[in-house]
Amino acid sequence: MFSDLSLLSLLIWLPIVGGFAVLATGADKNPGLARLISLVVTVLTFLLSIPLFTSFDTTTASMQFVEKASWISSFNIHYHLGVDGISMPLILLTTFTTILVVAAGWDVIKVKTAQYMGAFLIMEGLMVGVFAALDSVLFYVFWEAMLIPMFIIIGIWGGPNRVYATIKFFLYTFLGSVFMLVALIYMFTQSGSFGILDFHQMPLSIEEQIYIFLAFLIAFAVKVPMWPVHTWLPDAHVEAPTGGSVILAAIMLKMGAYGFLRFSLPITPGASAELDWLVILLSLIAVVYIGFVALAQSDMKKLIAYSSISHMGFVTLGLFVAFSIYENTGSYQGAALGIEGAMVQMISHGFVSGALFLCVGVLYDRMHSREISAYGGVANTMPIFAGFAVLFAMANVGLPGTSGFVGEFMVILAAVKSNFWIAFLAATTLIIGAAYTLWMIKRVIFGEVANDSVGKLQDLNRREYWILGSLAVLVILLGVWPNPLLEVMHATVDNLVTHIADPKI
Amino acid sequence: MENIYLAIVLAPLIGSIVAGLWGKKIGTAGAHTVTIIGVAISCGLSFYVFKHHVFDGGAVFNGAVYTWAVSDGFTFDIGFLVDQLTAMMMVVVTFVSLMVHIYTIGYMKGDPGYQRFFCYISLFTFSMLMLVMANNFMQLFFGWEAVGLVSYLLIGFWYKRETAIYANLKAFLVNRVGDFGFILGIAVVLMYFNSLDYEDVFSNAGNLSNITIQVIPGWDWNVITLICMLLFIGAMGKSAQVPLHVWLPDSMEGPTPISALIHAATMVTAGVFMVARMSPLYEWSETALSFVLIIGAITALFMGFLGLVQNDIKRVVAYSTLSQLGYMVVALGVSAYAAGLFHLMTHAFFKALLFLAAGSVIIAMHHQQDIRKMGGLRKYLPITYATSLIGSLALIGFPGFSGFFSKDAIIEAVGHSELFGSGFAYTAVLLGVFVTALYTFRMFFLVFHGKERMDEDTRSHLKESPLVVTVPLILLAIPSVFIGGLTIGPMLFGDYFGSSLVVFKEHDVLAQMGEYFTGALGFVLHGLVTPAFYLSMAGLATAWYIYMKKPSIATHFKEKYKSIYNVLDNAYGCDDFNDKWFAGGARRIGNVLFKVGDAKVIDGVMVNGTAQTVGWWAGVARYMQTGYLYHYAFAMILGLVGLVSWIFIV
Repeated sequence: MFSDLSLLSLLIWLPIVGGFAVLATGADKNPGLARLISLVVTVLTFLLSIPLFTSFDTTTASMQFVEKASWISSFNIHYHLGVDGISMPLILLTTFTTILVVAAGWDVIKVKTAQYMGAFLIMEGLMVGVFAALDSVLFYVFWEAMLIPMFIIIGIWGGPNRVYATIKFFLYTFLGSVFMLVALIYMFTQSGSFGILDFHQMPLSIEEQIYIFLAFLIAFAVKVPMWPVHTWLPDAHVEAPTGGSVILAAIMLKMGAYGFLRFSLPITPGASAELDWLVILLSLIAVVYIGFVALAQSDMKKLIAYSSISHMGFVTLGLFVAFSIYENTGSYQGAALGIEGAMVQMISHGFVSGALFLCVGVLYDRMHSREISAYGGVANTMPIFAGFAVLFAMANVGLPGTSGFVGEFMVILAAVKSNFWIAFLAATTLIIGAAYTLWMIKRVIFGEVANDSVGKLQDLNRREYWILGSLAVLVILLGVWPNPLLEVMHATVDNLVTHIADPKI
Repeated sequence: MENIYLAIVLAPLIGSIVAGLWGKKIGTAGAHTVTIIGVAISCGLSFYVFKHHVFDGGAVFNGAVYTWAVSDGFTFDIGFLVDQLTAMMMVVVTFVSLMVHIYTIGYMKGDPGYQRFFCYISLFTFSMLMLVMANNFMQLFFGWEAVGLVSYLLIGFWYKRETAIYANLKAFLVNRVGDFGFILGIAVVLMYFNSLDYEDVFSNAGNLSNITIQVIPGWDWNVITLICMLLFIGAMGKSAQVPLHVWLPDSMEGPTPISALIHAATMVTAGVFMVARMSPLYEWSETALSFVLIIGAITALFMGFLGLVQNDIKRVVAYSTLSQLGYMVVALGVSAYAAGLFHLMTHAFFKALLFLAAGSVIIAMHHQQDIRKMGGLRKYLPITYATSLIGSLALIGFPGFSGFFSKDAIIEAVGHSELFGSGFAYTAVLLGVFVTALYTFRMFFLVFHGKERMDEDTRSHLKESPLVVTVPLILLAIPSVFIGGLTIGPMLFGDYFGSSLVVFKEHDVLAQMGEYFTGALGFVLHGLVTPAFYLSMAGLATAWYIYMKKPSIATHFKEKYKSIYNVLDNAYGCDDFNDKWFAGGARRIGNVLFKVGDAKVIDGVMVNGTAQTVGWWAGVARYMQTGYLYHYAFAMILGLVGLVSWIFIV
């Protein structure tokens, strides 16, 4: 019954229309109304997205909630939407996170409130569009359009060095996307369609596949981000306002990984099998190298940003171990474990990194510093906050019972099937991740009250308590019982694994 | 029964959640009431389960509670395996935990974190029960890390102290090094057994005993050996075996009740439990067993030496714990799993007793922990004195006390073993007996006998601790005396453990010993003629002579053998080494990668370099667009001349 409602269209356009409505309340004329409309729209969007999960058919790998209409008929471009087990959880993550972002900026953003809230609402619609689009042109439009609100958010409400950061962010990601566009157009010329599902079935020679794969790799590697194209992320995070960081970490980074799942693996399975070593190598560098770099950070946001890169390394690793599992064991058993592990890691990282950035935001709102050395002994004055911070830190460390464990565990189990040393290097995150995360906790949260400003800190207010509390519940729930999330993925992932086993040549 | 198992696990968890989330509302009395009720339920039911499995011959329970995750055809369950081994662990854990809960009422009185403390120790009880009751590797790892988390929280309980938060970070990281091996071990298990369920894995172990893997190209490793070694790395972290022992002495920064519960009686023995639980795997790999044996023997002897030079009452007991854990691990190495577990049990009682007694002394001394500033406390703290004496005699293995049975059994078992390394291990555990007696009674005499070395103010306030402290001491003293003699027969030489432990005939040293076992009394009489007995008596006498009779000898030794003393005082330099190379090295690597790799190469050369290059070319190009008409006209003429001359030349 929900598919009749054009549910996906609603999830895309409701926040966008809502966003313009918020903008219409005028710059700072009526910030209260702007906030209220934003909250109502985001909550409504989230409620509307719940049926995606509850009426999702877990037995089929085909697209669900499909909508298709001709858009630009001369180029055979369609307004084509639909979700499967890969994209559906990400849409829910998006609609949920946006509520938190609106709530987190509630009385913190005092200048141009309407524009701030409006930008996030519009971005929400665009992000849902990215995950729901099944036509590559539509996808590309959403993919690029999404950069604009983020560009504005960092550029206007950002920190002192925001101009450098926004331009770096914009150019980096834009440069990557251009390669993707070229690949898409090439495939259109060969197949006469822009449909992503048509691309999946399209036969391609290995040379073609390799060029297309590399073009996609550049686009998605920047977005994930993978080493060595990651340096835009720490700068963007540091300058972005809290809400921007949360969206960036929780959702935007997932788009790169989503791209690998939706484009690279199914369209170019032959090239993926050829070049899997490259992705695995870059992933392991992300886990180990970036882990060490995180250890050297003195800025909390930068530290969490590097930690994100390191955790995303697990995602790309999980996605690409399939081929070497086959080489090593002669069967693809374990491939789905890696891919599903990567997908759980994506969702979990959305919660955990979002929560950690919110925690830094809570401190920043009070003390206007992100420097670790400016803090010390926060637990004395903010005991409830300290409890949350330690919980999310533990989730970041991958402690069993929190969501952070599930994905890492599954990816390590899968990786050992491909090669012991890959698993060995990946598992070093158990040590390095704990070192940089808990060392930060030690310096910020524990200890004697470091200075007068820390001594005057107020503990969480009710709004902050509910934001962090809801994330805490999800982090623990997903850690204690990940099965409901995994169930929606099985059919799609199994289908993907069968698909990539055939190199299409 | 399933509901009972569930109740045992959940009761402490609920207590912990209530005390943690609503601690302020229910107040201090509410917090300790609710958690103690939770643990008491758990303890009572554990005794019932023990009776069911041990006396009533109840069948082994192995079942899932719920499915945690399914992926790729692999099912990961949360489930329980309850047999005689589990039942024993459950009783030990919940009983010691209950004693510690009660004791805490007295010890933590007036602490601002009172409710938080009860929340943590109940959470610990839950985690530890999840660990010992697991029926699969995933849940084992959950419990394994969860107890690590609580240990982290409790070591750093007094989070204002710099030393405490240093110690808890260190404990977590060192344990993570162990867990790193552990998780790889689990991954290899899944790879070869296609299941993480104990039952599937154990029943198929034999089929894999000849399969090899080349971890390092060209070097074949037996898969079971690899798995056992990796899992044992985890045990080395948790059970503080050399070289991953460094966190345990520092963990004494935590409040004393948790030193008793976590860092003596239960959590640190998780590694011993784990290896015993995995006996169906370890039996297939003599290489792994030898490795276990040698590591255990090194820990047993060399950590004992360090106990000789400590002056902090808790650190003496901590080093003695390290050494005793070494004894348990040695027992595992010679396939005398039952003896290891037997020592685990007796040790849990007498070591918890010693820690709690030390805590009682610390309360009386107003948190003075330096034994050089104590002395003559016997007349002020009679109950603490008597119970400490019992604990100390049990620790040194005085004939008849429970520690005697378990330690003697281990020494005998090692003597019977023919495994590679057993000769070295036998020497080590035997020498260890002398060392144990020496450091134990050094501490005992310095604390309770001799001159009163405390200041006048402390002396005037000395009094015996309240009932909530002394009653647990007495309740723990009882099993410290009797449990060994009562249970040695069935545990070591009977079929107490039944199917829980697997020992191959050619490794079965306990069966050899069982041939001439005639009962507890006979064991005691036999013990009187073994070298172990004389060594322990010699240690006791030496301690008496040095610290009671002629205190000058100790200082003389210290002066004369300064280099040896320094080595011991620095704990063989392990901490300095780790600080410099691992902690410092990681920070240096991080800094270099960040400042050179990220900032200079990637951002400096690649990103901003590209931008600058573009900017430079743009700057060059700009010179051509000056906006002056005559520049353009000049360029046009030049171009025309060039073009015309080119045409002519061609």
